[in-house]
Amino acid sequence: MMSETRKIPAPQPNVENQRFFDAAAEGKLLIGQCDACGQPHYYPRALCPFCLAETRWVESAGKGAIYSLSTMRRGAGTPYTLAWVTLDEGPAALTNIAAEDHDRLTIGQRVTVQFTPTEGGPPVPMFAPEVA
Amino acid sequence: MSIRNKAYISGAYEHPTRLAPDKSTPQLHAECAAGALADAGLSLKDVDGYFCAGDAPGFGGMSMVDYLGLNVRHVDSTETGGSSYILHVSHAAQAIAAGKCSVALITLAGRPRSEPFARQLGNAPEAAFEGWVGQSTHNSYGMCAARHMHEYGTTSEQLAWVKVAASHHAQYNSHAMLRDVVTVEDVINSPMISDPLHRLDCCVVSDGGGALLVVSPEVAKSLKRPLVAVRGAGEHVKGPRGGMNLDLTTSAAAVSGPAAFAEAGVTPADIQYASIYDSFTITVLIQLEDLGFCKKGEGGRFVADGNLISGSGKLPFNTDGGGLCNNHPTNRGGITKVIEAVRQLRGEAHSAVQVPDCGLAVATGIGGALGARHGAATLILERQ
Repeated sequence: MMSETRKIPAPQPNVENQRFFDAAAEGKLLIGQCDACGQPHYYPRALCPFCLAETRWVESAGKGAIYSLSTMRRGAGTPYTLAWVTLDEGPAALTNIAAEDHDRLTIGQRVTVQFTPTEGGPPVPMFAPEVA
Repeated sequence: MSIRNKAYISGAYEHPTRLAPDKSTPQLHAECAAGALADAGLSLKDVDGYFCAGDAPGFGGMSMVDYLGLNVRHVDSTETGGSSYILHVSHAAQAIAAGKCSVALITLAGRPRSEPFARQLGNAPEAAFEGWVGQSTHNSYGMCAARHMHEYGTTSEQLAWVKVAASHHAQYNSHAMLRDVVTVEDVINSPMISDPLHRLDCCVVSDGGGALLVVSPEVAKSLKRPLVAVRGAGEHVKGPRGGMNLDLTTSAAAVSGPAAFAEAGVTPADIQYASIYDSFTITVLIQLEDLGFCKKGEGGRFVADGNLISGSGKLPFNTDGGGLCNNHPTNRGGITKVIEAVRQLRGEAHSAVQVPDCGLAVATGIGGALGARHGAATLILERQ
């Protein structure tokens, strides 16, 4: 049975989050930062999910650790891994882990952002194991 | 104001179909409504409140009130996924207590086997950030199971006991999709779907539906059916909320459960039968902890060794076979949780799984994605 690499659907940005995807096209990962309550958040929003004050964009270093993960093995496609990655800045992001061997991924493992092309849209921030 | 003893469940109906290629979704809703009315001994013109959720076709309450030929003075289409119908019982009780209606009809129906559909984020606020990650229910709940194993040492064998117990009950249900009794080994040897959940950790996919009638005390006492009172209820919605302090091992049931017990004035130790939404084995384990049947992290030991099997275990659960074996109509299992709890309290469950003198039951459910945004609803029901 032929296994197919999963095609990544194009994200559909809106006026609130277009800047995130413009930055993604330049290889930068943006998160939200609130100066009123001091908390960062992800996914980024115009108003803070903790206090509803207006937020600003800040650039993440794009590094973090896997909080949890699950590798999908159903169907004819190659396995892919869904994960929550806790960024070093604090917030966690729902994402995919790009890996040669999904069986070797573990909770707590260090990962780095890896922008990945999509089907006709801007790239999206997946993560990959940190190279030692 | 408490809803305690302000409303009763007098009609409950589970559609017997599990595959309905020749019926429309509205038609299944109507057949469920007719079934619940017949069960209660009420007629269409008695209904003055209607509740439906995201499975209702078209414009929800507006389409269905018209299709069903209802004339209502209260309508509610609150959508919290598969937990909606448990929450609807609570909302119906509140509406009845406030005098807004006296006979509330709740329906659910759908045909995911005949017409498969994929979850779409559409214009959800998170869509641009999460629409591409390939999230399904399996890997969302899989992440919760993986984290629970990591934090508490929960094992696949312990999770498998949830399915084993459900299968022991399903063998007596002639309508159940999966009636074979399975072992822990059968579960952990079934194909891996999304780590660490195997195929037999997952619920069935079924066409079908169900309906409930929640009525005022006056109406309930005028009918010939046993009195099943709504004694307490709770609801909650939980999400990652900005990704700070993510906690995938605690669900929204940690709020809905204690709220329901507090309103009812009882504790988990008083419960004789439990309907626990079982979209996956992990869903049951986390809810049992969150409702207080055991401490957080001890769910694995709690469910092991047949503790959920009626007749031998300490906490008989999902005696219809649950979503894992019996039925998960339109990928939403909340209504069947209430229906089996009503059967138990009426003494109408199968004799092989009926809890003797069942007087107090819980029905609880999780809707949406446990690994991200989800809703929970909990009901405490009492036979009077």
